[in-house]
Amino acid sequence: MKELRFSQTHEWIRLSGDAAEIGISDYAQHSLGDVVFVDLPQIGSHYEAGEEFGAIESVKAASELNMPVSGTITAINEALIDHPELINQKPLESWLIKIKVTDASHFDHLLDAASYAKAHK
Amino acid sequence: MNKTSLYDEHVRLQATIVPFAGFLMPLQYTSIAHEHQQVRHDVGIFDVSHMGEIFVEGLESLEFVNFVLTNKIPRGPQSQAVYTLLCDEAGHIIDDLIVYPLEDRKYLFVVNASNTDKDFQWLLRQTASFEVTVNNLSASFGQIAIQGPRAHEVIAKMISPNAEQLKFMNFAFMDYQGKSILVSRSGYTGEDGYELYADPDTINGLWRKALDKYKVTPCGLGARDTLRFEAALSLYGHEIDDHTSPLEAGLKFAVAFDKEFIGREPLSKELENGIPRKIVGLEIIGRGIARADYEVFKNGTKIGKVTTGYLLPDHQVPLALAMISRPEAILGDEVEVQIRNQMVKAKIRDIKFMEKKYKR
Repeated sequence: MKELRFSQTHEWIRLSGDAAEIGISDYAQHSLGDVVFVDLPQIGSHYEAGEEFGAIESVKAASELNMPVSGTITAINEALIDHPELINQKPLESWLIKIKVTDASHFDHLLDAASYAKAHK
Repeated sequence: MNKTSLYDEHVRLQATIVPFAGFLMPLQYTSIAHEHQQVRHDVGIFDVSHMGEIFVEGLESLEFVNFVLTNKIPRGPQSQAVYTLLCDEAGHIIDDLIVYPLEDRKYLFVVNASNTDKDFQWLLRQTASFEVTVNNLSASFGQIAIQGPRAHEVIAKMISPNAEQLKFMNFAFMDYQGKSILVSRSGYTGEDGYELYADPDTINGLWRKALDKYKVTPCGLGARDTLRFEAALSLYGHEIDDHTSPLEAGLKFAVAFDKEFIGREPLSKELENGIPRKIVGLEIIGRGIARADYEVFKNGTKIGKVTTGYLLPDHQVPLALAMISRPEAILGDEVEVQIRNQMVKAKIRDIKFMEKKYKR
């Protein structure tokens, strides 16, 4: 069972057991405009919930990416390095990183899809 | 927050609206990259009504403008506008602006929106020993810029075929539906194009006609910045500010040392003693985009900072403008830019990111 949640800083996380995929929301990609570059972390590195793990750059500016829960990077989406525009086209399918969750306690504080959609129309 | 007369148009066109220099302005209508391309390959229109219009009039207006501005302003009326800087006593830049010598005793300054009040106050303070009046009429003027290879065709049909005769930086007053508008062959994109000044209602009419009849693409501040960056044109608050001299910013062409003006002494000293810094181009070799204020290093020593940086449409690598220590400004040298927590390699290059398309 995969559950989708959203952070206040517009990342989404799809949790399945102790594994999760993380991306940015449709609202975020729309606000950013044309994404031209992604800066993703090293596999194996660990980040606490709320910590910056990378950045996403639109034509206009750089925006930091924050961890919705604590975890260790197990994969980065290589396809986005050559085709960052996929984030604009399919934000909820374009995961940036996969992690092994080390502490899921923050997950409960995240917004479900309906609450997030309501907060960011 | 101020709005330009075209604000309702920006809303109607579903622009992303952002606060800029005290105005609610369109950042983009569709996408910055698309709007950028439209200007390079077709034609785009910008609402630049937020820019300031300051008039200097009076018996000694010619003497006054030449005393406060770095460039030589010829006696009006002229058909040639002049790019110039307004400097303080230290030779640092208060603003950059375009001067239209309208009459022998009447000069129009078009200044940056973010600096209009500061410039106006500064100019007022300099009037003591001159018989001049300075008026800030920014609120009575709208301004649009129509830029790109098809701009001349649009202006010829929409206003007058006479506009085709103007060359870069030439201007003239032309009639449009009973109103007199200032038509200037100038812009901030590196393309051929025009800037039009008129009362807000007339500007709104021109805007709608350009969009509806001539299919000109509305473009926001986002594309305005990528376009001026690609053309390596300075932006106040980035390449130039009140800690920068015109010489450091590569704007010596707008400084006339053969006349007296505020800031002349420190600037001629700087010329004698060596200009401390220089604006260079950077080509990023590593991964990342060097953005404004990121620090630039050479062999571990800080040598300056990035003033503007983008990964532009049609460019394979990210580019940047940077203000660095002049002795380090050697073309082809490798430097490093700190991007977030990483040192990313970059190469110093010229600032000619594109060939300008001005009508000479």
